[in-house]
Amino acid sequence: MNKISDKLIFEKSRAGRRAFAQAPAVDGASDIPERFLRKDRPRLPEASELQTVRHFTRLSQKNFSIDTQFYPLGSCTMKYNPRACNALALLPGFAGRHPLGPETHGQGFLQCMFELQEMLKGVTGMKGVSLTPMAGAQGELAGVAMIRAYHESRGDHERNEILVPDAAHGTNPATATMCGCVVREIPTDSEGDVDVDALKAALGPKTAGIMLTNPSTLGVFERRIAQVAKLVHEAGGLLYYDGANLNAILGKVRPGDMGFDVIHMNLHKTFSTPHGGGGPGSGAVGVNSRLLPFMPIPVVGAVEEDGDTRYRWLAEADLPQSIGRLSGFMGNAGVLLRAYVYMRMVGRKGMERIAEFATLNANYLMVRLAEAGFELAFPGRRASHEFIITLKKDARAYNLTAMDVAKALLDRNYHAPTTYFPLLVPECLLIEPTETESKETLDGFVDAMIAIVEDARNNAVSYKEAPYTMPVRRLDDVKAARQLDVKFDGG
Amino acid sequence: MSEMPGDLEYTKEHEWLRREDDGSVTVGITDHAQAALGDLVYVELPEIDQELDAEGEMAVVESVKAASDVYAPIAGVVVAVNDELADDPERINTDPYGDGWIVRIKPSEALDSADLMSPDEYQAMLDELDD
Repeated sequence: MNKISDKLIFEKSRAGRRAFAQAPAVDGASDIPERFLRKDRPRLPEASELQTVRHFTRLSQKNFSIDTQFYPLGSCTMKYNPRACNALALLPGFAGRHPLGPETHGQGFLQCMFELQEMLKGVTGMKGVSLTPMAGAQGELAGVAMIRAYHESRGDHERNEILVPDAAHGTNPATATMCGCVVREIPTDSEGDVDVDALKAALGPKTAGIMLTNPSTLGVFERRIAQVAKLVHEAGGLLYYDGANLNAILGKVRPGDMGFDVIHMNLHKTFSTPHGGGGPGSGAVGVNSRLLPFMPIPVVGAVEEDGDTRYRWLAEADLPQSIGRLSGFMGNAGVLLRAYVYMRMVGRKGMERIAEFATLNANYLMVRLAEAGFELAFPGRRASHEFIITLKKDARAYNLTAMDVAKALLDRNYHAPTTYFPLLVPECLLIEPTETESKETLDGFVDAMIAIVEDARNNAVSYKEAPYTMPVRRLDDVKAARQLDVKFDGG
Repeated sequence: MSEMPGDLEYTKEHEWLRREDDGSVTVGITDHAQAALGDLVYVELPEIDQELDAEGEMAVVESVKAASDVYAPIAGVVVAVNDELADDPERINTDPYGDGWIVRIKPSEALDSADLMSPDEYQAMLDELDD
């Protein structure tokens, strides 16, 4: 049975204990009217400073994170987050800025946001960028909402079908459905490209657009993208680029040049801000000239005044056809600043090197694993920044599933790759090493993979109970889904 | 090796059909399908009297790994659904051809056996998928 021995901070609470370093400065005086003040004390844990420090330090030691271990989680781009980005984004001028302060007091911040928009336009080949979506999913929502708004503005009310390849992230059909569209699934051919004949059959007067990830979730570049773009545009539809895998092509190929009309970028992945665990993220969107009027607001604009450049928010009055506000202010401003610093640090050439090394690392890992006998899902294809292996033969012969290997890797100090995604490949692991890993780390991962499989094949070692060394053992995910209970009753 | 009763017919979407004496057709997913999905945690069923298009979405089965649509193998009207699956979705895992049945459909036209597979044909398709 799983054992979580540590108590919650609430359970450690004892009346009267204080941690003065963390205590808010309250002097008792307040201009808040009496009727708005709470009568009861908030139910906060009472613990000493040392207790609090130990509690959270111990929790952090249980983290399995990019700062402690190799994290080849496919489609998640868990690259190193440079400390400089963090330090600069936390400069007092940024961190202390009030979002409702006047534009004249935040020109530095606005300039950073404007330049971030411009850099993203340059690297993706789009005509406009809005940074306001708070996460990848919201960026997707904005993208499809803009496609709908475009067709509506032309009186083209019948276009409500969004085509989605079966290899897509599940968020794509979810987004299309949330936007009131009907999803039509397009199959993938045996080499991992979109089935063009099926695409032709699906296109028609109801086609609003297609959502594509390129490179796809199968870890391969869509080779017929020019033909796909031509077919969709001829049918009157628009192309949406899911930026999940932008890291593979950064600075090398631009979605705008491939024919995409709208894209979302996960700045928290490609441009290296801390992510995972639900946020904060950033799903900036880029558009071509057709969709410029519909961008979500606010956007930062620049005006030349007396030889000076002034920056200001563009809102409803400037973009009356905008799909609207997706966040109160400017997305997750801290995430945007980190992405800005990162892009400034690596520069134009550096971005190309990101794509080159992300791809080189993935291909090195793929070839080494293939040479060690692991079965590739698409052996005839070069990997992009990630690739898929399938354990279906080991699952059948040795009862060693992809999940068993994933859990066994934790005991060997490697974070698991993505398991059971994409759904098209049985017993699969989707592996993305990113550009920030050394050859020694990649070799160590290969050794661990080989050792796990050899133990299962030759020594009848079972990993059904793995992980053995982690703070939490194998979770009963079926029970967790069937009898979900995350309520805390104590304290 | 998947279990595969000889008195049923199969589809390429890994569903099975059984022709009942009253002319209705009972539908479920195959042993191969439930094994590939893993432990089911949720099943969404159609309404009674709902009209189904052939190859249209009929139900959703969700496991800890994935959510999958189940497509109607034939056009028709839903005459019964397996309500037990709401509380007990794992019936599909433990007894896919019995207690794990999903819907019973009254077909709107005569069944065309050309669209369906015999157990041997379905087995041959699975063998091909395994390669």
